Amino acid sequence: MSTNTTAAAGREWRSRFPTVNYLNADYGIKSWLLTKDHKRIAILYLISVTFFFAIGGAYAAAIRLELLTPMGDLMQSATYNKVFTHHGIMMVFFFLIPAIPGVLGNFLIPLMIGAKDMAFPKINLLSWYVFMAGGLLTFSALLFGGVDTGWTFYVPYSTNFSNTYVTLAGLGIFINGFSSILTGLNFIVTTHTMRAPGMTWFRLPLFVWSQYATALIMILGTPVIAITVLLLALERLAHVGIFDPALGGDPVLFQHMFWFYSHPAVYIMILPSMAVISELVATHTRKPVFGYSFVAFSSLAIAVFGFLVWGHHLFVSSQSVYAGMIFSLISFVVAIPSAVKVFNWTATMYKGSISYDTPMLYVFAFIGLFMIGGMTGMFLAALGFDIHVHDTYFVVAHFHYVMVGGTVMGYMGGLHNWWPKMTGRMYPEGWARFAALIIFVGFNLTFFPQFLLGYMGMPRRYHAYPAGEPMWQVLHVMSTGGATVLGIGLLIPAVYFIWSMRYGRFAPANPWPGTGLEWRTASPPPTENFLVTPVVTWEAYEYRPIEEMQVIGPGAPDQTVGGQHPANRGVETEER
Amino acid sequence: MAEHIVPRKTYFAVFAALLVFTALTVIAANINFGKMNDVIAMTIAVTKMMLVLLFFMHVRYSSRLIWVIVASMFFWLLILLLLTSTDYSSRDWFGSHVGSVVGRQ
Repeated sequence: MSTNTTAAAGREWRSRFPTVNYLNADYGIKSWLLTKDHKRIAILYLISVTFFFAIGGAYAAAIRLELLTPMGDLMQSATYNKVFTHHGIMMVFFFLIPAIPGVLGNFLIPLMIGAKDMAFPKINLLSWYVFMAGGLLTFSALLFGGVDTGWTFYVPYSTNFSNTYVTLAGLGIFINGFSSILTGLNFIVTTHTMRAPGMTWFRLPLFVWSQYATALIMILGTPVIAITVLLLALERLAHVGIFDPALGGDPVLFQHMFWFYSHPAVYIMILPSMAVISELVATHTRKPVFGYSFVAFSSLAIAVFGFLVWGHHLFVSSQSVYAGMIFSLISFVVAIPSAVKVFNWTATMYKGSISYDTPMLYVFAFIGLFMIGGMTGMFLAALGFDIHVHDTYFVVAHFHYVMVGGTVMGYMGGLHNWWPKMTGRMYPEGWARFAALIIFVGFNLTFFPQFLLGYMGMPRRYHAYPAGEPMWQVLHVMSTGGATVLGIGLLIPAVYFIWSMRYGRFAPANPWPGTGLEWRTASPPPTENFLVTPVVTWEAYEYRPIEEMQVIGPGAPDQTVGGQHPANRGVETEER
Repeated sequence: MAEHIVPRKTYFAVFAALLVFTALTVIAANINFGKMNDVIAMTIAVTKMMLVLLFFMHVRYSSRLIWVIVASMFFWLLILLLLTSTDYSSRDWFGSHVGSVVGRQ
């Protein structure tokens, strides 16, 4: 839709509606800290995960600076150990895992299913407080002196040798786990019990399906990491002998228990991103998602299979070769549902009316980068190849392609797509496209050289590397340069998002336009989401070509929500 | 879902049973049953867990959906134990020079 049309529609909408929405319904810090509104809690999450992301990013910058030269010029190896540990802990536990469920999931799930709020609004707020408690506790451990075990806390180093704040950081992660469980519980119960009349399971947006699958993993997996961290603390403080061979324990048992959660946790990070991509690809190609039920069930399949593959992290940890074969095989199997999604998104684009708005740019980035991340995952699932590249930069590059190329791209795409809904303002499209491009280029420049480095044998978690390998430094310089570009690329959205909250154009209720229920209420939505409970009489993603919209106009809002022939249904259908 | 009212007597009985089992745990820990040590300890622990689950957590009086959810939790626990044991049970198959000796406690 052209800029002028959107602006005009935005002005028209604002004049027609009451100006009270969830953002200005109440004022003051108390109204935010004691809110039970899922939309406000989402904003709280947005602020907190951005804070933790910035901290994690600062540590990443320190890592890249150190690796600019072969010698350990900037910091000693002990400091470097802490820096990469802090980077990992902050990014994994306090950004990647909570970001999309906490921000977009909390904001959108009730809106998408036509509910007034989550099933347990107080528990929802509690989950944010628990998250903050865990996050700040871990952050304090980093400030007091830090942790140097790596984010994986492998024993026996973490139990018997490390002289850093392992227990405090572990306690923070333990507490943070409860936040995940509470969020997951809320998502599941909300999806089961709060759907609007007519919103059957197979009319749910695929976003909700994926978030549901994520919530299952959160509930089933998180208790295991909580207990594992607890056992680690007990072992460290009281030497109970679970992981220490001298006391009859087994260090590999820690790896089994740790990865039983932490591998599915990868899917906690990527599934919500896939949730976003499913929505964006349909909205910005004006087509229903190809093979809806396949995409829906592939989310559940990923959630289930994700639990069966953890042993591929233990290929060289003295795990039995036979167990390794089983885990290798199942790891290949988990690629199938992921591939189903990628193929179906691509098929959705076929003959679609593809827009090049910012959210769609992030979809392109996601599909390409996730493909590379996923396929190199197949390399690593192969027993022989894994032994060659285990603990090298190849692995680092692989999971950054999945985590940053997957999760962060989805998160950014989702933020842009729903920013008008969240704030009632449009972001500047030109700047946003520019930033998306910068991020894409910066990302690839950072992480692609790391594949080559890893293949050549550069180990991860080392602060120095041989100067006699001239190619290594060239690649490291490229990577550091790329990280700088990526950092700038991520700062641009931070600036224009804040700018847009005050100076951005007013957003219409449905700027793209989308067919989901969240677009059938005002931007930003009122506190109760919908003034009239919507009745859903249409299937998910009933899109029509954008040209048709431009010829016949956005149409008058429905007098009743739903109940009309799809062709007559306008963009905005909320009765006010 | 209608709330099921559980008589107070049941709660006290379950609580008493849990105390008895806790005492049993301590006693059993001080006697060497040889190979049966683990079996006895786990039996007591599982019994206590089931009491808490069924009565304190009201699963006994809950809908089928809750039963399915609880069953899935056990299924997931089974996955954890089963796949981990594929490692421990097959470490020696290649001969003692491959794999860890730690697993054969």
